[in-house]
Amino acid sequence: MRAVTEISNNHEFSMRIRKVLQGTLMPFIAILIALAIGAVILIAANFNPLQAYQAMYLGAFADFSSFTEVLLDATPLICIGVGLAVAFRCGIWNIGGEGQFYAGAVTGTAIALYAPALPGWILLPLVLVGGAAGGALWAMLAGYLKTRFGANEVVTTVMLNYVAIIATSYLVSGPMIEPRGTYPQTAQIPDGARLPLIMPPTRLNLGFIIALLLAVGLYLLIFKSSTGYAIRAVGINPEAAHYAGIQVKKNILLAMAISGGAAGLGGAMQIAGVTYRLFQQISPGFGFTAIAVSLLVNNNPLGIILAGILFGGLSTGARLMQMNAGVPAVLVNVIQGLVILSVVAFGAYRILTMEREE
Amino acid sequence: MDVAVILAFVSGILAATWRMATPLIYASVGEVFAERSGVINLGLEGIMLVGAFNAYTAAFYSGSLWLGLLAALFTGVLLGLLFAFFTVTIKANQIVVGTAFNLAGSGISGFLFESIFLKSNYSSLGIPTFNDLSFPFLTKIPYLGDILFHYNILVYITVLLVPLASFVLYKTAFGLAVRSVGAHPKAADTMGISVSRMRYICVVIGSVLTALGGATLTLAFANQFVEDMTSGRGFIALAAVVFGGWTPWGATAASLLFGVFYALQLRVQAMNSVLLPYQFLQVLPYVATVLALISVRHRAGSPKALGVPYRS
Repeated sequence: MRAVTEISNNHEFSMRIRKVLQGTLMPFIAILIALAIGAVILIAANFNPLQAYQAMYLGAFADFSSFTEVLLDATPLICIGVGLAVAFRCGIWNIGGEGQFYAGAVTGTAIALYAPALPGWILLPLVLVGGAAGGALWAMLAGYLKTRFGANEVVTTVMLNYVAIIATSYLVSGPMIEPRGTYPQTAQIPDGARLPLIMPPTRLNLGFIIALLLAVGLYLLIFKSSTGYAIRAVGINPEAAHYAGIQVKKNILLAMAISGGAAGLGGAMQIAGVTYRLFQQISPGFGFTAIAVSLLVNNNPLGIILAGILFGGLSTGARLMQMNAGVPAVLVNVIQGLVILSVVAFGAYRILTMEREE
Repeated sequence: MDVAVILAFVSGILAATWRMATPLIYASVGEVFAERSGVINLGLEGIMLVGAFNAYTAAFYSGSLWLGLLAALFTGVLLGLLFAFFTVTIKANQIVVGTAFNLAGSGISGFLFESIFLKSNYSSLGIPTFNDLSFPFLTKIPYLGDILFHYNILVYITVLLVPLASFVLYKTAFGLAVRSVGAHPKAADTMGISVSRMRYICVVIGSVLTALGGATLTLAFANQFVEDMTSGRGFIALAAVVFGGWTPWGATAASLLFGVFYALQLRVQAMNSVLLPYQFLQVLPYVATVLALISVRHRAGSPKALGVPYRS
């Protein structure tokens, strides 16, 4: 009890510095570890890792126009990622971002195609809100199955991913196929339903700005509002939250609605801003990449902006790496998995060292 | 439709059921061990995929299907140890680690398949597969012969596997230790049972059987690897464990039920008179899985310490 305040202040200060350093450095180290293991895999498959990574880097960051493509890829990752962060913070393992993205893309396209006469200032917002609603409902289905029947949400959200993807495949080859078309795709959506370009001639559009606003909005919701407090309380300990008077089931459904809504908005914006029509493979796996995006930064929506851009860069770069160096782009999935494992290992290491210090 | 047509249709479906259920039976019976010991392995999908790929690669280069199986077995051991290291030793969140396994498993199998096989000029990527056995007399019984006696060896191994798994889990000291570690780890620990060791063993058992289940896809059903060819079977196996009440026989029955939907899909697709767009059939196993999960409302069979890392 002697060396009271000074030492404990000092200790607290150094602990805090270390925490901040670990918090910001950790994601970078995790990526480096993943890339290093990726290099070993590249060597094993007879590729030159330096060449491969250089092609990847140049593909993403060679010049400004390729960087706008990165931001274009980052947009859906940020939308889905911040949505997942809300669910993860609530202790709900929503693996269904992919399906919710499809649900949003389908509803958004349907609104754009079947109400084309509306003026643009109504049509575009309607497409986006409709997409969000579609994604929210799709996610709430899994939330309802969990709260009502206790069905494990990991399995149900994965199953609902398949259902959404198969349903999309049916819609674009049947009921929604473009008139007089033979390809399984819908007609192009009208001009009034499209997101305006913000930096022509690049394809970057208002969707990216909306994604940023969404991230900031959900950051405020999770960390600065009583709703967010309740959601986090349920995630940390549902029983304690229940005894504190928080409605656990209601918050789970709410978190799933927000989560799916964000993913659905991402889906609608992909149609309204990038592809202008719906087809089978509208997502190259955004919903799964977004899981890594959110976990990398400990489910913090502001961090997800950066993580989304980083992973957008990885996928954009990987496509160029495949074209220029002949390295299969699917390597990125390995790197995503390894990033999660590195983050997990760091987290566990931190807990172990904390336990030792206590 | 007359009776003979209906009989042929039904027996056709039943004849494909067991075959379609086989990878699910391997994976879900294995996962019963992991979950009974308290670890939920959400990485089954990724492990199954890598098992399928490694079995295919080994069989392709060695020409031996048995070496393919051996490769799947080693894959299962390694991935099981890795999963247990993350979830048991460093006590990481089991769902997060499982998700990482699925991403990485899909990535590594796809990457290696593309860079080893698709970039080479092999004239054929096919491998010979395990032949269907034929039994004297039995195979020729009408209907019954088709339903029970025309499968390959990997399907028949399940006839031994399931009773064996059930026996080990319920009639041996080892099985008792597994169940106690999953239900009351603290009590088991006090009794001198090493919680970590039991969980390592059970995760590896689950992972090995899942990888073998993946091997059945490439060595017996298809004759080559296809990217993401498991298409959700790892998750459906997880649902089979729950639907089957965390017992080997229950998981097997659930797998057979899901197998019916896969078989129905195959059967109706094969008929030329297509009544429905194929997507309606394609979606069946996934919808059935969700329905199965919500129909088991009693959680009685669930191991009490499932998903909770043990801290002594």
